Amino acid sequence: MKAAEEGMKASIADRPVKRNRRLPKMNWRGALAVAAFFLAWHFLVLLKAPGFREIASPIEVLNTFLTQYIGNPKYWNSWVASFKRVIYGFVLAQVLGIPLGLLLGTRETFHNLVYPVIEILRPIPPLAWVPISILFWPTTELSIIFITFIGAFFIIVINVHDAVRNIKKEHYWLALSLGANGGQVFRRIMIPSVIPSIAVGMTLGMAVTWNVVIAAEMIAGDNGLGRLTWEGYVSHTVTVVIIGMISIGLAGYLSTIGVDYLEKKMMPWRGTR
Amino acid sequence: MTVQASHAIDEAMEKSLTVMAPRPDVGSLAIENVGKTYDPEGARVVALHDCSVDIAPGDFLAIVGPSGCGKSTLMNIIAGFDNVTEGRVLLDGQLLATPSSPPKPGPDRVVVFQNGALFPWKTVLENVMYGPLVQHKMTLDVAEERAMDLLTKCGGLDKVAASYPPQLSSGMQRRVEIVRALINEPKILLLDEPFRAMDTVSKNTMHQHLLEMYRVCRKTIIFITHDLEEAIYLADKVIVMTSRPGTIKSTIAVNLPRPRTPEMMLGAEYLALKAQAIASVHEEAKKAFERGEREHA
Ligand SMILES: Nc1ncnc2c1ncn2[C@@H]1O[C@H](COP(=O)(O)OP(=O)(O)O)[C@@H](O)[C@H]1O
Ligand SMILES: [Mg+2]
Repeated sequence: MKAAEEGMKASIADRPVKRNRRLPKMNWRGALAVAAFFLAWHFLVLLKAPGFREIASPIEVLNTFLTQYIGNPKYWNSWVASFKRVIYGFVLAQVLGIPLGLLLGTRETFHNLVYPVIEILRPIPPLAWVPISILFWPTTELSIIFITFIGAFFIIVINVHDAVRNIKKEHYWLALSLGANGGQVFRRIMIPSVIPSIAVGMTLGMAVTWNVVIAAEMIAGDNGLGRLTWEGYVSHTVTVVIIGMISIGLAGYLSTIGVDYLEKKMMPWRGTR
Repeated sequence: MTVQASHAIDEAMEKSLTVMAPRPDVGSLAIENVGKTYDPEGARVVALHDCSVDIAPGDFLAIVGPSGCGKSTLMNIIAGFDNVTEGRVLLDGQLLATPSSPPKPGPDRVVVFQNGALFPWKTVLENVMYGPLVQHKMTLDVAEERAMDLLTKCGGLDKVAASYPPQLSSGMQRRVEIVRALINEPKILLLDEPFRAMDTVSKNTMHQHLLEMYRVCRKTIIFITHDLEEAIYLADKVIVMTSRPGTIKSTIAVNLPRPRTPEMMLGAEYLALKAQAIASVHEEAKKAFERGEREHA
């Protein structure tokens, strides 16, 4: 039993506190699945399977992309336009939503005053804000950013609010009995306690933000990846529709990687197991 | 853990903990006719009624009683997390709690909770240094040296100083928590069912660790548990509580010699005490059971 305990200690001591950075391993199964997807798509179009008559094959799409889009500044501007809206909306949602969530979670009077309003506004889907937003904001750009903001805002507010309310009371108590004052409890106990929920709110928020920005661009925008896709549809150019869709998928994926990276930085105590 | 092993720890710890000179003149606690009613305007849950306990400096007191009898309530009152509705509590003759004063927690009475309350976002070392740093009692360098010293001597915890708490076994976590409390040199160490969720083997190891820490630093300890054997094995005095409302039913003086060894649990003296305590607790447990008390934290 003594030996077992020694063994346990040793194994913990041996564990490196910081893992060496390794290149992510190639996911062969995943690569295979992607290849299979494109192959299936190609043959379904080739065989004119039901529903696939008007769809372009991956070869055609690639062809169009290489000849007309890869060197086309207008295409890359669509990326920039959409990314800008996502970032503005997302960052604004965090900057306003996190403090609001903290206030709602800590100030009883403020909570009673403001929370009901939030509960009424929250279920309204971001796209239902489009008409009002267009009427209210002077430019289309601002209204799209606003709608994007709405998508991520309520998610982060609710997540932070719940997290504050669920902080272990033992943590509060301990900090107080170890001599912390109100400000120290806020900075050193409350903030770290809610960071995991902020991370969840950011992941969900980023996903919603892309949904919203693409839809808003289709309805109201004059540029962006959503607009590009929609224009492809209106002009019956299926290759463009597909280029737009794949671009959106990639953009969302890149954003997820960015948010994941940020979350790792915010929570050094996670993922060291 | 074997006796030899415990002596090895014992010697190592003695070297480090002597810095923390035993001060048998501080750490006396007087609990006088304390009562606590939760939600006095509404549901009126009477958790404690007319509880009086006297604890001398350096005493190891154990409180046993069925779940929901108010053990944690009493602990929270002493720690200053909650107020009393009747009676008063004095620490070294100074008023700690009265019905009219707001609860005031402090580093002279640190609690180790049943489910553990290490800050998961801080490393073991940062957790231990938290108290002295937040009170500006030590510089970072001094705090670190002191913390590493205590961790080293409390069973080699220095090896995990850079780890985050969720990486440790629950036994190690609890030991780190005790170190985090001890670095503040509290007058009283409050332990609220600290080993409840542990298997028998780890629990026995923890008992030895705790006894060693107690032997060397001689702080007043209040140890809450629902495990009678544990209470008798560790304490000088065992208090048995009744439930609903929580009152003190009996006090059992444990005159077993120290240092305590696991072999003592087979001795006649220990067994007689246990029989006495069981009779007392059993009566209570039966009443509580009949009242339909459910097991809860
Ligand atoms: N904050 C509270 N509000 C109302 N009742 C409570 C509260 N905390 C504890 N109680 C009640 O007081 C009684 C004693 O609880 P507690 O001190 O936690 O018991 P123990 O630690 O002995 O299991 C229980 O019946 C419990 O339901
Ligand atoms: Mg309890």
